[in-house]
Amino acid sequence: MNYENILSERVKNVEFSGIRKFFDIAATMDNIISLSVGEPDFKTPWAIRRKAILSLEKGRTNYSSNAGIAELREKICEYTRDTIGVNYCPKNEAVVTVGGSEAIDLAIRVLVNPGDEVLVPEPSFVCYSPIVSFAGGVPVPIVTKQENSFKLMPEALKAAITPKTKVLILPFPNNPTGAVMRYDELEKIAEIIRNTDIMLLSDEIYAELTYGDKHVSIASFEGMRERTIVINGFSKTFAMTGWRLGWAVAPEPILTQMLKIHQYAVMCSPTISQYAAITALSDPEARRDVDYMVGEYDMRRRLCVKTFNDMGLACFNPEGAFYVFPCVKSTGLSSAEFCEKLIRSKRVAVVPGEAFGKSGEGFIRVCYAYSLRHLTDAMGRIEEFLKEQNS
Amino acid sequence: MDDLRNKIINILRTSARLTDGQIAAMLDITPEQVKEEINDLEDKGIIIGYSAIINEEKHDRSAVTAVIELKVSPQIKNGYGAVASKIAQHRQVESVQLMSSGSYDLAVTVRGEDLREVALFVSENLAPMDGVLSTATHFILQRYKEKGAVFFSDNDDERSLVSP
Repeated sequence: MNYENILSERVKNVEFSGIRKFFDIAATMDNIISLSVGEPDFKTPWAIRRKAILSLEKGRTNYSSNAGIAELREKICEYTRDTIGVNYCPKNEAVVTVGGSEAIDLAIRVLVNPGDEVLVPEPSFVCYSPIVSFAGGVPVPIVTKQENSFKLMPEALKAAITPKTKVLILPFPNNPTGAVMRYDELEKIAEIIRNTDIMLLSDEIYAELTYGDKHVSIASFEGMRERTIVINGFSKTFAMTGWRLGWAVAPEPILTQMLKIHQYAVMCSPTISQYAAITALSDPEARRDVDYMVGEYDMRRRLCVKTFNDMGLACFNPEGAFYVFPCVKSTGLSSAEFCEKLIRSKRVAVVPGEAFGKSGEGFIRVCYAYSLRHLTDAMGRIEEFLKEQNS
Repeated sequence: MDDLRNKIINILRTSARLTDGQIAAMLDITPEQVKEEINDLEDKGIIIGYSAIINEEKHDRSAVTAVIELKVSPQIKNGYGAVASKIAQHRQVESVQLMSSGSYDLAVTVRGEDLREVALFVSENLAPMDGVLSTATHFILQRYKEKGAVFFSDNDDERSLVSP
């Protein structure tokens, strides 16, 4: 059978993620010290796990309503109000999704018509552009730069807007750069967007992992709530990646359409995860665990930034997520070459920046969601590697 | 200041081999400040030593550790202190703690090259000691966690090598 003629052009034309390519190289080797994951090293707080076990013991193994368990949606809306100061109605403005990823998929699919342009600041998480392409839209990258701390600059945004622009994605705190957008910076973005029909997809999955000042959401600015879909989830904050649970909150007319896709595609999110998630958002013990994890990440973050700068890989100070994004241009190697040589000679896996968009070329993503011993060992090996390159 | 002190102590609790520079980076202070704080903690006797956590099963299979419950008759003025400090002087003794249990008073951890050494130590040194009324010796069969470090492999990192 000639599958080439059968498969969808839209799907065929999208490439696999660069992360996956690198994973294939790493998978062939033994004894790798990895700094390449995108998830916490902590286990899910015990209070949350206990709740999942309990829900199984009680036999709560059925579907929930499409949008998610009512109590969980209420908790999500309370949490959203408490953290970003924006109110949503739990009945018709919140949906519980299979990870933040599904929420991104729903958001893009309900907004994008074929030919619509979607602005994607890069480097950023790998899924936005492919999902836009699947929907027939046109992803338009906006390059963010190290000299601007990888923030979305108002001039760059203005230059990218055309009459076809439909959506702007705001992936902050950012994977892989760790960049955040502070209040004043978001206000400038809001100012530009206010006079347009552009919609916003604010991916705030790393919101709680913001260091120094608290995270601010674009949805809290005047005139923004009505045009913004806010996405968040349990994976990063509560160390629940495998539970596959996230959410979106948005104005009712948008959310209703998102719910339609969600209903036909997945019915509802896994209920075991949903019951546990209620505990995540309400249990004081789980909250203390989160605060502890954030404090640990913060210390590791500073250690990594200092260590990379000391070894001569200029590393900007990230204020969010759990990644540092050092520049490897000084080695004369491309980021892919750097990563491949590093893994072959020192068995340390880091992700080439170009996996997160062309503008990531010249950088590597280093995750610091590892124990201190693991981190210091791995960074020591990278330092040895650099010395050998120079000699 | 106390907050900083607590942070340094908490880091050293689990990672005493980090350099002053590394701790300084983690806490956003200078290495000199770290050195000063640690010196002060040592001077004040708040930090009294540093040690490695050893997986004895992998290191020396014949080595044996026991927790011994001692009933002790307290002395006037000194309470349990005199007996405790006498016990603490033996090199085989890893720890001596006064407990609030009611069924016994001192918990003594003793490490020996083998079973016989620990047994002899109890019968020749601890049991006959003045003030010691009785002993109950519990040998440790398996360690699962010590000072925050886990010994079993369930806790290995199961995350995939590379993920988005």
